[in-house]
Amino acid sequence: MDNKRFELNKNLAQMLKGGVIMDVTTPEQAKIAEAAGACAVMALERIPADIRAAGGVSRMSDPKMIKGIQNAVSIPVMAKCRIGHFAEAQILQAIEIDYIDESEVLSPADDKYHIDKTAFDVPFVCGAKDLGEALRRINEGAAMIRTKGEPGTGDVVQAVRHMRLMQQEIRRLGSASEDELYDEAKLLQVPYDLVLYVHKNKKLPVVNFAAGGVATPADAALMMQLGAEGVFVGSGIFKSGNPEKRAAAIVKAVTNYKDAKLLAELSEDLGEAMVGINEQEIELLMAERGK
Amino acid sequence: MEIGVLALQGAFIEHEQKLSELGIKSFEIRQYKDLEKPLSGLIIPGGESTVQGKLLKELNLFEPIKEKIIKGMPVFGTCAGLLLLAKQIENDTRTHLSTMDIKAVRNAYGRQLGSFNTVEEFKGIGKIPMTFIRAPYIEEVFNDTEVLAKVNGKIVAAKQKNQLVTAFHPELTEDLSVHKYFINMINKNETF
Repeated sequence: MDNKRFELNKNLAQMLKGGVIMDVTTPEQAKIAEAAGACAVMALERIPADIRAAGGVSRMSDPKMIKGIQNAVSIPVMAKCRIGHFAEAQILQAIEIDYIDESEVLSPADDKYHIDKTAFDVPFVCGAKDLGEALRRINEGAAMIRTKGEPGTGDVVQAVRHMRLMQQEIRRLGSASEDELYDEAKLLQVPYDLVLYVHKNKKLPVVNFAAGGVATPADAALMMQLGAEGVFVGSGIFKSGNPEKRAAAIVKAVTNYKDAKLLAELSEDLGEAMVGINEQEIELLMAERGK
Repeated sequence: MEIGVLALQGAFIEHEQKLSELGIKSFEIRQYKDLEKPLSGLIIPGGESTVQGKLLKELNLFEPIKEKIIKGMPVFGTCAGLLLLAKQIENDTRTHLSTMDIKAVRNAYGRQLGSFNTVEEFKGIGKIPMTFIRAPYIEEVFNDTEVLAKVNGKIVAAKQKNQLVTAFHPELTEDLSVHKYFINMINKNETF
């Protein structure tokens, strides 16, 4: 991937900003998501809540299933590959996916190396718990970052923790003096150039979304107010009582995330939210996969 | 002069930054009450046209904005903004504000692997960088719509009276000339 392609890939993420990317498992769900105002969909065989419930090894989805979703909607379609599984990523590129999520939701294929994303023409989004992780992924070629959160739980606490930590570290780098940045680069285990970028611009060099555990319009508004540029909603929509209504409400909440009066209206009468599990009840912490 | 930037979804901040580089004030339009403030022009940014089109209606912005455009408010649509203004979209049954006499094609260059940059001639400006992201193009223009730029024979920028559209994203390059072009349109349009 040359520099120009990386720019174009970052640019696509810029177009997704202020939007909601929804997990879907069938063309029908993809159509519901698009009609509800999703700015992109994530095609996967099982949503994180079910992956969690089913256990076992979780892999890239069947390309046929992904193509069915690509044909069903006109918005960008993303799909997940396992951490480090560059062959799955090659397959997703071959079917012209719009974005690959190298995701901790699936079982990691490599416990040491992430994919060299610079070797690809399609863009990648990666999860990060803190600034160092985000910059390491960007250095490997990720054109978009999202918090890891804790997928499939309906519990937003980890996404909040990751977003707060990221913003704190960005503020810290922003106020550091220039001669301190060399040591920061060492501590964060990332190239100096990326540290310098964050210091000067007080933001990541790529778009940063919230993901993991977002289940309500209020959750989405919380993440936006904490500095997310958009939101991924996984299990929160199709594990709820009224997916259409909830999806549409979350989309509007992301656009008007500061308007509490409107958020109150949007939060009314959405039916049952996904049941969810608290972080203390979880046996498998997906956010700990890949660092 | 103060320009409204439709901020429902997409790359609206990039437009605000361009305007600020030109010393022009702007404000975000996210809901009906944001339209109470007088605006000299409107920018509709890139993003997803399906999302912005839906939110325009649900947040009660559709009718008032359409009315303002018909009355002559200068409007500049990039990418999704072009699709929102088009009267016809060849590969989509949904049309949105439908104020401009153009027939557009959505995702005309295919998926993300089809996204590209180029440098081409823009009428009245000269050669400028153009960034296309899952972009549309204009298949046909009607009535008094003027073609401003073409890439490989396809129309990628056009103007009809108070309406300016580009299939590419001037807000993503260093070049300020298309934004200046729009400011000139506003300056000439004292009637609105």
